[in-house]
Amino acid sequence: MGRFNLVQTPLTGTGPALAARGVSKSFDGRKALRGVDFEVGTGEVVALIGPNGAGKTTLLSILAGIAEPDSGEVTGNGVAWVPQQAALYRRLGVRENLLLFARLQHDAGQTGEAPEQMVTRMLELTGLGDRAGDQVGTLSGGNQQRVNIAIGLMAGPSVLLLDEPSVGLDPAQRERLWGFVLGLVGEGTAVAFSTHDIQEAERYAERIVVVAEGEGIFSGTADALRQAVEVEGGPAGDLETSFLAYLRGRGH
Amino acid sequence: MRWLLLKDLQILKRSPLQLTLLILYPIVIALLVGFAMTRDQDQTKVALYNAMPAGEPLGFGGEEVDGNEIRDQLCGRVDCVEADSTADAKKMVESGEATAAVIVPEDLGDKIRSLASLNPESPEIQIIVNGSDAVESRVTDDRIEAMLGEANLLLAKRLSEGAKEYLDLILQGGEFDLLGQQIEVLGLKRSEQILKQIEPKLPPGTDREQLGRAVRFAHLATDNLDLAGPLLTAITEPIKAEKVEVGDDAPSLDTFAIGVTVAFALMFVTVLLVAGSLALEKEENAFTRLTAGLVSRGQILVSKVGLGTVVGFVVALILLTGLGLFVGIEWGRAPYWLLALIFGAAAFSAGGAALGAAAREVRAATLAAVMICLPVALLSLVPDDAVGPVIETAINLVSAIFPFRPTLDAITGGLEISGPTLWLPLLHLVILTAAYGALARLALRRF
Ligand SMILES: Nc1ncnc2c1ncn2[C@@H]1O[C@H](COP(=O)(O)OP(=O)(O)OP(=O)(O)O)[C@@H](O)[C@H]1O
Ligand SMILES: [Mg+2]
Repeated sequence: MGRFNLVQTPLTGTGPALAARGVSKSFDGRKALRGVDFEVGTGEVVALIGPNGAGKTTLLSILAGIAEPDSGEVTGNGVAWVPQQAALYRRLGVRENLLLFARLQHDAGQTGEAPEQMVTRMLELTGLGDRAGDQVGTLSGGNQQRVNIAIGLMAGPSVLLLDEPSVGLDPAQRERLWGFVLGLVGEGTAVAFSTHDIQEAERYAERIVVVAEGEGIFSGTADALRQAVEVEGGPAGDLETSFLAYLRGRGH
Repeated sequence: MRWLLLKDLQILKRSPLQLTLLILYPIVIALLVGFAMTRDQDQTKVALYNAMPAGEPLGFGGEEVDGNEIRDQLCGRVDCVEADSTADAKKMVESGEATAAVIVPEDLGDKIRSLASLNPESPEIQIIVNGSDAVESRVTDDRIEAMLGEANLLLAKRLSEGAKEYLDLILQGGEFDLLGQQIEVLGLKRSEQILKQIEPKLPPGTDREQLGRAVRFAHLATDNLDLAGPLLTAITEPIKAEKVEVGDDAPSLDTFAIGVTVAFALMFVTVLLVAGSLALEKEENAFTRLTAGLVSRGQILVSKVGLGTVVGFVVALILLTGLGLFVGIEWGRAPYWLLALIFGAAAFSAGGAALGAAAREVRAATLAAVMICLPVALLSLVPDDAVGPVIETAINLVSAIFPFRPTLDAITGGLEISGPTLWLPLLHLVILTAAYGALARLALRRF
């Protein structure tokens, strides 16, 4: 994946790049998050796993500053967010979408790079140069997701939040996606991503956080999760089996 | 923010159906309404009851106007149906046989003659309109106004000829025929000359002083045309119509029809576009991305209202220009009606934004837009006298909180000098724009 040549200054220093303390959030009286603590260290890759409705999207959007928590606090800056569902104008072309967001980010002072140049770079990054004129609505889901992610990368964030980034991508595209995300990580960007693909979590994340019913119930490496299940007398095997056993053991 | 507007215009350009509708809609409407308005012209029937003795000459100043001549003028523009009495004429209106009745009173001749006397009285004719039919009565008002205009023009011409003759007589002097007797009138100018000639011949003293005053008076009077004052005011509008049904400063029918057509088109185009376009931001998920540090909710709102104002204004302008091919539009008043279009478009846009922000879904927003716009606009057209006072108040309230009626008032006021005042509806629209803008902003919090 040598073609991803993002110019970035690696971050140095210790401490979390992004942290949430005791974050709670309710929707119409229903608790989506109940006092969650979460942090991403500088240059760290964290996977967020948990059942549907566990609160992953809610947590990520609060971390991204898009939603306000009811209580608790979030610290960190230079955070970019790639939404679960592609946030793109389907009637506009790939280039037009990229150009719009490049201009908005430029005007908002999030990047000093000239919008046209940014678009050229992003088209190269996503490998969609030959489809630049196509309307986004005519692209496959995977290609839409690539444009979606490219927009999140524009500002050169120090923390990148990806909500189920690889949904709908074929294995080759998934590998390609992780190729350039890890490229960013290599240059100092921290990444937190949610996924239902446990294998993906194990393969790319240094640390796994399990969320269930609005609570953070585990944080550690994949091996630590397996061990925790084995200690409780649960089944040994792949991570997915351990993950399910871990959830069941806690009533989820 | 300009990027947001540019993006919306790009999206519009990419939506062939929407774009075609936006261009074709005003053109088709203009054609339809234009044809309908030009065809409607000769369908109005007016019952005429002439109580004035037939063939009575209305002589003054040597000029004569026949009563029949006035009638011919009145009936030149519409089909007249002769009625035998006032009651008969009323019946014709009630039954719908005629859209209006014109009653020429017995003493019209006397009153017209009095215009040329020192005690002018206003000649009046009575007009009976069927008040239960707002559009019809507007049609009739318009036609009768035109007829009266022509009759007045004729009278004014004759009267001013008479007036001029009187004036000349008083100023220059000459022969005057009074009840068959020739009277010599000296005239002010000649009086002044004669007096001036006499003045130096008199010995200084009271008599000479008196004479000097007379000379000055004659001079002053000659210069002053005010003597003809009552006559001259009478000729500006000799016949006054006493309308039995009077609408409050109703614009003429053509203007009203243009106003309704343009206001409807403006409303639908703008509300649908803005409501749909704002809801699309949510549907495309773009709203969260945009508000994640790129632009504020307020900026998104302003760009949407801007989009609706620009597009609505252009569509209304195409429509109005198209209508201009069929009916007279006062291009000289363009600054006024352009203002009306802009303010109306802005108010509808703000309303559309509130709707789109509340609906959050393109389909729901579009449906709600149609379901709200149509009845509210139609309600605004219900004539006050067609319903009871309670319903009337309710209708007025609904009309006041929706931009349709003020837009209609502003457009008709902009088109026609005699229409409703322009500034009040414009102020009303500004208030509505602000109110709906605030509502939309509030709804965007939970978008
Ligand atoms: N805008 C909202 N309005 C009401 N309830 C919401 C809203 N967003 C999330 N919720 C609720 O909050 C809870 C957590 O939702 P969230 O989307 O964070 O889950 P998730 O872990 O991302 O699920 P998934 O794996 O399906 O994406 C769910 O019960 C959901 O119904
Ligand atoms: Mg989710």
